[in-house]
Amino acid sequence: MTEKPKLGVYICHCGINIASTVDVEAVTEFAKGLPNVIVARNYAYMCSDPGQLLIKNDIKEEGVNRVVVASCSPRMHEPTFRKALQEAGLNPFFLEMANIREHCSWVHGDREEATAKARRLVAAAVAKVRQLEPLEEREVDAEPAALVIGGGIAGIQAALDIADAGFKVYLVEKTPSVGGRMAQLDKTFPTLDCSACILTPKMVDTASHPNIQLMTYSEVEEVSGYIGNFDVKVRKKARYVDFDKCTGCGECAAACRMANRIPNEFDAGMGKRSAIYLPFPQAVPAKYTIDPENCLYLTRGKCGKGPKCAEVCRAGAINFEQQDEIVEFKVGAIVVATGFDVFEARKKPEYGYADYPNVITGLEMERLVSASGPTGGQIKIKVEDEEIVPKEIAFIQCVGSRDKSVGNEYCSRVCCMYTAKQAHLVKDKIPDANVRVYYMDVRAFGKGFEEFYDRVRREGIHYIRGNPSEIFKRGSKLVIKVEDTLTATPMEDEVDLVVLAVGLEPRQDVRKIIDLLRLSQSPDLFFLEAHPKLRPVDTATDGVFLAGCCQGPKDIPDTVAQAKGAASSAMIPLARGKVKIGAQVATVNENTCRGCGFCVEICPYSAIELVAVNRFGHPVQVARVNEALCKGCGSCSAGCLSDSIQPKSFRDRQILPQIAALGVMR
Amino acid sequence: MWGMMMSTENQTFAEKLDLFGCIQCGRCTGGCPVTVRTNLNVRRFVYDAKNEEMLEELSKLAEIWDCTACHTCAVRCPKGLKPLEVLFGLRTLVVESGKTQPTVRDALESVFREGNPWEKPRATRYDWMEGLEVKIADPEQPVENLFFVCCTIAYDPRVQIVAKNLVKILNQAGVDYGFIGENESCCGSEVFALGEEGLFEMTVEDNTEFLNEFQARQLVTLSPHCFTTFRTRYPDLNKPVLHYTQLLDQLLQEGKISWNQDLPKKIVFHDPCYLGKQSLVFDEPRRLLKSIQGVELLEFDRSRERSLCCEGGGGKMWVESESKAQRLAETRIKDAKEMGAEIVAVACPFCVLTLEDAMKALGYEEEMRVAEITELLGELLA
Repeated sequence: MTEKPKLGVYICHCGINIASTVDVEAVTEFAKGLPNVIVARNYAYMCSDPGQLLIKNDIKEEGVNRVVVASCSPRMHEPTFRKALQEAGLNPFFLEMANIREHCSWVHGDREEATAKARRLVAAAVAKVRQLEPLEEREVDAEPAALVIGGGIAGIQAALDIADAGFKVYLVEKTPSVGGRMAQLDKTFPTLDCSACILTPKMVDTASHPNIQLMTYSEVEEVSGYIGNFDVKVRKKARYVDFDKCTGCGECAAACRMANRIPNEFDAGMGKRSAIYLPFPQAVPAKYTIDPENCLYLTRGKCGKGPKCAEVCRAGAINFEQQDEIVEFKVGAIVVATGFDVFEARKKPEYGYADYPNVITGLEMERLVSASGPTGGQIKIKVEDEEIVPKEIAFIQCVGSRDKSVGNEYCSRVCCMYTAKQAHLVKDKIPDANVRVYYMDVRAFGKGFEEFYDRVRREGIHYIRGNPSEIFKRGSKLVIKVEDTLTATPMEDEVDLVVLAVGLEPRQDVRKIIDLLRLSQSPDLFFLEAHPKLRPVDTATDGVFLAGCCQGPKDIPDTVAQAKGAASSAMIPLARGKVKIGAQVATVNENTCRGCGFCVEICPYSAIELVAVNRFGHPVQVARVNEALCKGCGSCSAGCLSDSIQPKSFRDRQILPQIAALGVMR
Repeated sequence: MWGMMMSTENQTFAEKLDLFGCIQCGRCTGGCPVTVRTNLNVRRFVYDAKNEEMLEELSKLAEIWDCTACHTCAVRCPKGLKPLEVLFGLRTLVVESGKTQPTVRDALESVFREGNPWEKPRATRYDWMEGLEVKIADPEQPVENLFFVCCTIAYDPRVQIVAKNLVKILNQAGVDYGFIGENESCCGSEVFALGEEGLFEMTVEDNTEFLNEFQARQLVTLSPHCFTTFRTRYPDLNKPVLHYTQLLDQLLQEGKISWNQDLPKKIVFHDPCYLGKQSLVFDEPRRLLKSIQGVELLEFDRSRERSLCCEGGGGKMWVESESKAQRLAETRIKDAKEMGAEIVAVACPFCVLTLEDAMKALGYEEEMRVAEITELLGELLA
């Protein structure tokens, strides 16, 4: 630290991104005159190899020992330039970036004023870099295990990949079975392979894989710690069925007094189940669960002369005394794969979903056409108490998607294709049906999608361009009020059955996961990835990754691809066995700290605790920072009453000269 | 550059109405209730009006006067546009050129001169109060509820009963209220719809200044048209706005009003567009009707958000309809008849006039009745 600062300042043109608005030559000349600057240069692309070489050479040959790069946001290239410093033998934290792109050239039009601002930003960076201290990054051990939250296709795929690579995986699923939404689907577009057929082998693998500990009917309650060292608490909800004794024979469900009386969630409420149930025939694990909200014995304490299920169970597996169980374990990384809910069609009352039983959602249609569904795959509806096969069938696209009036501006990406698929299946099962699809744009963007859309139209499905506005009843028919926009013809189309292609929304209980893992949401309220393009499976919380529809609507191929990406990212710390901890963390001056604990309260990462120390023979409390948890956000510093806690690289003595050099303070 | 960005003067017609935000999905025209009887296709107007040079030609099309301002197109638009305002904008061109129908011209002139579109002198605005004990609000004195009587209710002998009965109910319930008196002026709802932009702006400015002077906790309107117009087009109004059904419902919940007589009738409630669709007041009027002993409340299939417009708004009171097809009000009355309703209850003066007219035209006077809710309630008071 005794070494005299010798500064190198490097102004980037960023092609014309900066240079067309900022006079880079003028800024370079200006920088040359700033204190301790021994070299100032400008270059077309500082981040390129030759750009970095300029810096490295100056460090080696000119003795530059502090570097200012005036270019873009540090979010992108700070790691790039730090690496360059390191490779040239300089401490990587002797770097300061002046953001003259996002903060200057991109937001200003006037060249002279933008240049003046760039000068100030560079002067501020110069003022700060002179005060910087060398920092060391440290490493801690990482637990070679992962937690996967959610047992749909995304969670299943991520868990299998991580487990196959040899790491321990805890797969936690809220419902009694893995499988998720994909298990509810009949056929999958555009190949029409049976969803269950391709999914169930993977479901079975999650239960049998030696590296996977499958916890169904369980919820993550608490996560603390940091990348490499997360402490996880899971609540395994009481099934009231002895997991090891249950043989899955199903006699209990048949005997249950509530049999065929409770809407079956798996059938989107269309079929009925018992209070003791297996969500669907291929459920994994094939173990029964008692629904505590509907079981007579659990809600009223009485079920006839005694619970029927217990009476008929030959394995003696029913156990009403069973309690929730808390399981604790440690993991190095977490994959969030919590999926989606379908749009609540009641939020568009104009479609009459709440009023007319023959207005159904796409998910309900999946169950209606599925061989394992409530009608055994026969498409039948009730009209005035009579069961009929519908002949006039309409699909309505974009229900709850691309629609500001319900707050969802995004496209749900799967509805165009699932509608095409369902229209095909309907036509297949009811060849003389008149099937039309009301659409506003058809988005068939994926592999094989456009070809499938072509095929479906040629099968006689009528695509009519117009988004219906209202549904009402006339006699026994449903009337769709709609305009054929291609011929400008307003119509009242009379049909038997309407299928609403409901879009995808974040899970209703999304808040729980947000609070648990400190995740953020994008404007569409799905989980926010760390970077929309270059870090699509990462989150702002290191060590937590996203897979599947919890990050945004996706079809199955994209979900599986993202799950594999998330698994691979999650495995990086597990495979290395070590994780780096940030160096720019808060540090406490224990001599002046008064141990008030204000910073402990403020810290959003729970990274600070009070510890007892001996000060000249007196036991006193002082704050101490867990550097692995600290993100260097500076909240503690802003709140400290005695200026005793400050983040490294952002100490008062470092940022005050920087602010002063901006010339905006008196 | 800053100045340009701030200015709205330099916005084109298409920019002002966000016409480039339209994706031509057709929900506006699909939902438009009058398409079953006129050639109006509001989506086409949104599309064509993006071309500034076509505006003049578009403004000459008769259909622009077919819109009833029910706002279904705006409520349903997935991109937040208000397609009907394209039609109002085109009406503005006609009004500014001075080539409007005489009835429209006279109504607008009457608003300008007398503060009402019915060509009645301002001095007679509160003639309906005669013989009633009505409290008049004093701007100097604080009052809980300031009542705004719609022009139609104030002057039209058929619907004056709404105000009269409301006064009786308020007096009996001991509510702290005040009516405005003869200085009350039209809210401008129909002026806006008829495209008289300048007069509407002036109306908003004058009314805001006038109403803000009163030290009232809330402004209570009798017509849903005034209600929605004050709520959505008076940005600087300094008090919350209620429809009278909301206030009465509140009094009912608090046990401050009750009815002395039964009404053993089958009643169906018709949701006015300005109260339901546009302001989402659905339950209050229904609760009021249900509070009457003996009432069997029926529901139209097309009710609440899917209610069918009666064609009374959008300035249609002053524009003759060319179409020979069945009026929507007649469709409505027929539906009510078919379900066995004895009373069609409404909460809007325009709905009373249009639906009653349709009922008479269909010859159902003997077996049916159209009534504003206050009409029924007033009859049940001691």
